[in-house]
Amino acid sequence: MTHPIPPGTRDILPDEMRELRRLSLGLIDAFERFGYGEVATPTIEYEEVLARGDERGAPVAYRFFDEAGELLGLRSDMTIPIARLIANRYAAAEPPFRLCYLARAYRAVRPQRGQMREFTQAGVELVGASAPDGTAEVVEVLAAALDAAGLTRAVIGIGDADLYRQLLDGLGIAGEERDGLLDSLAMHDHVGLEAQVTRLDLDPRRRETLLAVPTLRGGPEVLERARRLGGPATERAVGRLSETFEALRARGIADRVSVDLGLLRDLGYYTGAILEVYDPALGHVLGGGGRYDELMSRFGRPLPAAGFALHLERLHVAQAEEDRLGAEAAGRGPHTVGGRA
Amino acid sequence: MSGVARAIRTAGEGPLKLAVPRGALLAGTLDLLDAIGVETSELRGDSRALVFDAGELTLVTMRPSDVPTYVEAGAADLGVTGKDVLAEQRDRAVYELLDLGFGACRMVLAGRRGDTRLGESERRLGAMRIATKYPRTAERWFEATGRQAEVIEVKGSVELAPLAGLADGIVDLVESGRTLAENELEVREEIATSTARLVANRVAHKLRAAEIDALVERMRAAAIR
Repeated sequence: MTHPIPPGTRDILPDEMRELRRLSLGLIDAFERFGYGEVATPTIEYEEVLARGDERGAPVAYRFFDEAGELLGLRSDMTIPIARLIANRYAAAEPPFRLCYLARAYRAVRPQRGQMREFTQAGVELVGASAPDGTAEVVEVLAAALDAAGLTRAVIGIGDADLYRQLLDGLGIAGEERDGLLDSLAMHDHVGLEAQVTRLDLDPRRRETLLAVPTLRGGPEVLERARRLGGPATERAVGRLSETFEALRARGIADRVSVDLGLLRDLGYYTGAILEVYDPALGHVLGGGGRYDELMSRFGRPLPAAGFALHLERLHVAQAEEDRLGAEAAGRGPHTVGGRA
Repeated sequence: MSGVARAIRTAGEGPLKLAVPRGALLAGTLDLLDAIGVETSELRGDSRALVFDAGELTLVTMRPSDVPTYVEAGAADLGVTGKDVLAEQRDRAVYELLDLGFGACRMVLAGRRGDTRLGESERRLGAMRIATKYPRTAERWFEATGRQAEVIEVKGSVELAPLAGLADGIVDLVESGRTLAENELEVREEIATSTARLVANRVAHKLRAAEIDALVERMRAAAIR
């Protein structure tokens, strides 16, 4: 007789746990080297606090009442709890704040898809440092964390959450048309995007701009192409990305980063830079992040902020896969990865 | 290297892996591949193999409804499947890159010819009973049009359901309409139109951007012609 557990949750047995532990220690170690102190927050918070994130963000999936009738929720990420923590616990302290975490988060997802309701995130929050240097610091920490995991082939995609919105505003596209285009882009539906753009009353050059900009990805040369295509409408976002790229170059990590102007993360609180992490060994995105300069003001402490979260279990899968590929390439048995730190 | 060895090869290296749909979209897909100079004769033969070496591409064949699954997971970098499949599996995170134009068909609500049961059930019983292989598309359609329906998922010939009395009507994909006509069914509402689409894995779309963009441009040029 077996005793079921809810779909999208799982037990972890010693062999896997040992590897996860080693992986997470390496990550926390990398974070600490950059001066990020590890924190923990309660798994359950008042729903009202979690709801300050955004209705378009990763919504709170599990709510329940405590014995006093208070509405509680399980966090969907660590960004909101840490914003709350900084507002409460560092109310009088001088920014910037550098914090990191290794924590479980909870989301409503369809199981059997490699997605879980309960999963572990490892990440950092840098609060009180603005773009471009704050962003570049976060990317540098991210690159170091990926190295610590042995994922030296991993690539960090960087885009701008406002770029396409600014482009639409610059071309005077508003209302339902604007929403429709942004929805298609968020769904990665380039066919739908093209169909809608074709219906708009625009001259061919502008149409071309709307279709070409979200497909631009690669090295810093795509920024130049975006500037030429978008003109004044994308000047601000492209300028911002160029500055970030310069800051990355100054830190010697520009080669880990790929510019991607089609990136639109679905967490509503992002402003400015957005990040996504890929490894050639895995078809799924390993994690992401970006800037959320508005978020802290919702907790009464207006400060610029940036951060990222890596999906620990996916990192582990990518690590195992890289291990297998490395062993195959070398024509020998499995070897140890992750021992780089 | 054999086709199978190529299929299990390192993700992120070697030829791009394209998921090719068996069934109604197969001929159009192979014609498109021929048009851009990809070798398909082996696949056109009566081989039972699932994986084919086509030079610059590795072709993996599967049911159209499995294409989003393989592409989302990165087990294939690219795939060809119908818009109907993508609409039914909307939450699969794949990039929809190109409308390939072939395989045109319509998603429709159909009922028995001259039969009033659809309207009757809705008026008297509060909901229509609808059989379909596309339950989520059907549910979305009734929700979007403000009606209630009891959607019954079936796997085989949907046309049987209203004839045998399982349902009042069906939501199904129609190409010529002949199957409907032969079973004394008629189209009542058109829900959507569908054609074949090229989809890409999210990670491959980033990490192999130049190769994928070049392939898309060649397919776009061939699809327009």
